[in-house]
Amino acid sequence: MTWYLIRRAGQSIAVIIGVMILTFILLHLEPGSVARSVLGLRATPARVAIFDNLYGLNKPLYQQFLLYVKQLFQGNLGISYQLQQPVSTLIAERLPRDAVLLGLSTLLALVIGVPTGIYQAVKHNQLADDLLAGTWFTLYSAPDFMEALLLIALLCVQLHVLPPAFPGGVTSVAGLFADWQALVLPVVVLAINSVAGFSQYVRSTALQALAEDYIRVARAKGLSERLVLTRHVLRNSLLPVITILGLALPDIVAGAVIAESIFNFPGMGLLFWQSALAHDFPVLLGATLIIGVATVLGNLAADVAYSTLDPRIRYGRA
Amino acid sequence: MAGPDILNPAARPSPAGSSLAPEGGEVTGAGTGTGLSLRAFLQSKRAMTGTGLVVLLALFCFVGPLLYHSNQVTVNLGIQNSPPGPGYPLGTDQYGIDVLGRLMVGGQSSLELGFAVGIATTVIGLLYGAISGMAGGFVDAIMMRIVDTLLAVPTFILLIIVSSMFSLTLSLIILILTALSWPYTARLIRGQVLALRPREFVQASRTMGASSRWILIRHMVPNTLGISVVTATFSIADSIYALSALSFLGIGPPPPFADWGTMLSGGVDNLFNGYWWQVYPPLIVLVLVVVAFRQVGDALNDIVSGQRTDVLRRRRRFRLLPLSAPRDV
Repeated sequence: MTWYLIRRAGQSIAVIIGVMILTFILLHLEPGSVARSVLGLRATPARVAIFDNLYGLNKPLYQQFLLYVKQLFQGNLGISYQLQQPVSTLIAERLPRDAVLLGLSTLLALVIGVPTGIYQAVKHNQLADDLLAGTWFTLYSAPDFMEALLLIALLCVQLHVLPPAFPGGVTSVAGLFADWQALVLPVVVLAINSVAGFSQYVRSTALQALAEDYIRVARAKGLSERLVLTRHVLRNSLLPVITILGLALPDIVAGAVIAESIFNFPGMGLLFWQSALAHDFPVLLGATLIIGVATVLGNLAADVAYSTLDPRIRYGRA
Repeated sequence: MAGPDILNPAARPSPAGSSLAPEGGEVTGAGTGTGLSLRAFLQSKRAMTGTGLVVLLALFCFVGPLLYHSNQVTVNLGIQNSPPGPGYPLGTDQYGIDVLGRLMVGGQSSLELGFAVGIATTVIGLLYGAISGMAGGFVDAIMMRIVDTLLAVPTFILLIIVSSMFSLTLSLIILILTALSWPYTARLIRGQVLALRPREFVQASRTMGASSRWILIRHMVPNTLGISVVTATFSIADSIYALSALSFLGIGPPPPFADWGTMLSGGVDNLFNGYWWQVYPPLIVLVLVVVAFRQVGDALNDIVSGQRTDVLRRRRRFRLLPLSAPRDV
């Protein structure tokens, strides 16, 4: 067990270094030079040389990489070309808002997805199961922005019940809740995208759980069906969902870029999209690094939580 | 890997009975040896619905423009935003360009991209995964950490970054998407190869002195072909979706290039004006094409994994297929 955790942590460190190398390579793939991007096209060669010398850009690549890593550990992700602010500040400002958005939508997805998954497992291969499976399949297959567009068309254009986008200038988490009507659609749209995955996953684990002996025992000793479902099926189906949460993180983040740019949600996704339009590479790569590291740590945490919570799991070899 | 590996086609009895084949490698193409039989495919209602839909959409996009001529080149502001009516069955967009014709032209790029990325991703992923799984040890560890690194960052995020570096063309997007999406396939195939390695026919082959390359080509590749076809279908759907999302966000290829995502983002600007014909037609074809390919992939997955619909369905999003074969119920 301990050995497994050490190995797993070692792998995660290797991947985090990999992500750093990746962002470093991408930074150097950027067309033109960093000096030109910062100083502008009319900078004299002398100024470019001074800039390169100052930031170590004339050193060999491996030295630059070491410098890059050193700066990362100091929390320095570079300066945004467009906004002229440190990337770390820009990201740190937005992360709490993203935590609200992604947290709420994942919570909503779980609240809808887990019960429907268990319901589908109970109604296995009956009409209700097929209908729900078909619905989830369509929603899951359809592009992430489809739900957003349809909901905007219905709720904002036709019925005028919700605003289609966030007003500009929201800067705090409290501000998000002050505009809670604007928060509804992004949360719902992101949740819809995750519900399909959660419910289908819970359905299959619940199906397996329903076939286990302890369920038969529980029924045999006269537990009501509701207790069987909540005490035994639900608990045992919830465990794998932890892993799923860790693994689903990249998809949730990618969905957030689209949802945030549609709804003008002031989070990292919107920042990322605006930076992409403006070719603001320090921001793009800083965000990528954060997302990559978050994903790796999320997966690690999910694995650790999973192996700690389920005493049956003994990892000998992976 | 707990329990019997039901993803491994050779591990279960096949109707044809020939999959437990053979040291000599009598496996031919995508036949029974891969667990992917043409008959099962033809009998699967979902697979046939999906395929039929794909064929219809391909005809619509590639043959359609030959039968239905429309202006797709010049801006004509005199007729901009016309509702559907005589001359324009689906109306016109904000530049006065016929929407129906645009759908056809835009679909061509989506389908070309989908198939190109699907095939290239599968070939690279299959070889990389098989080599990594065969090599084992240190080489495998390094190769898999590279895959993990690419998987740690969402493909769509990397796609956006690389796209904003270059001026995009269709072939460049194909290249970028392929470069970003092969790791999924590679990891899947590696899992398969690891499961195949200790099997008798591979051991027998090795005992008889077969080289690693021989085992790779004659045993590993044919036996993982079924699962590769499944991932190819899914990556077609995913890449079509990725292109449309990219264009929808306005980071896609610049104007003369036509695709559904661009049509959508143009249409959304006019949603509040009530120009529904600029939004729903591209949205519907896009959803149709993605759902169709996913249907085919899903049905193929059921066939390859031995009709285990309940357990294996819709796992791909979470990339669990190769890692945790579910315990047998």
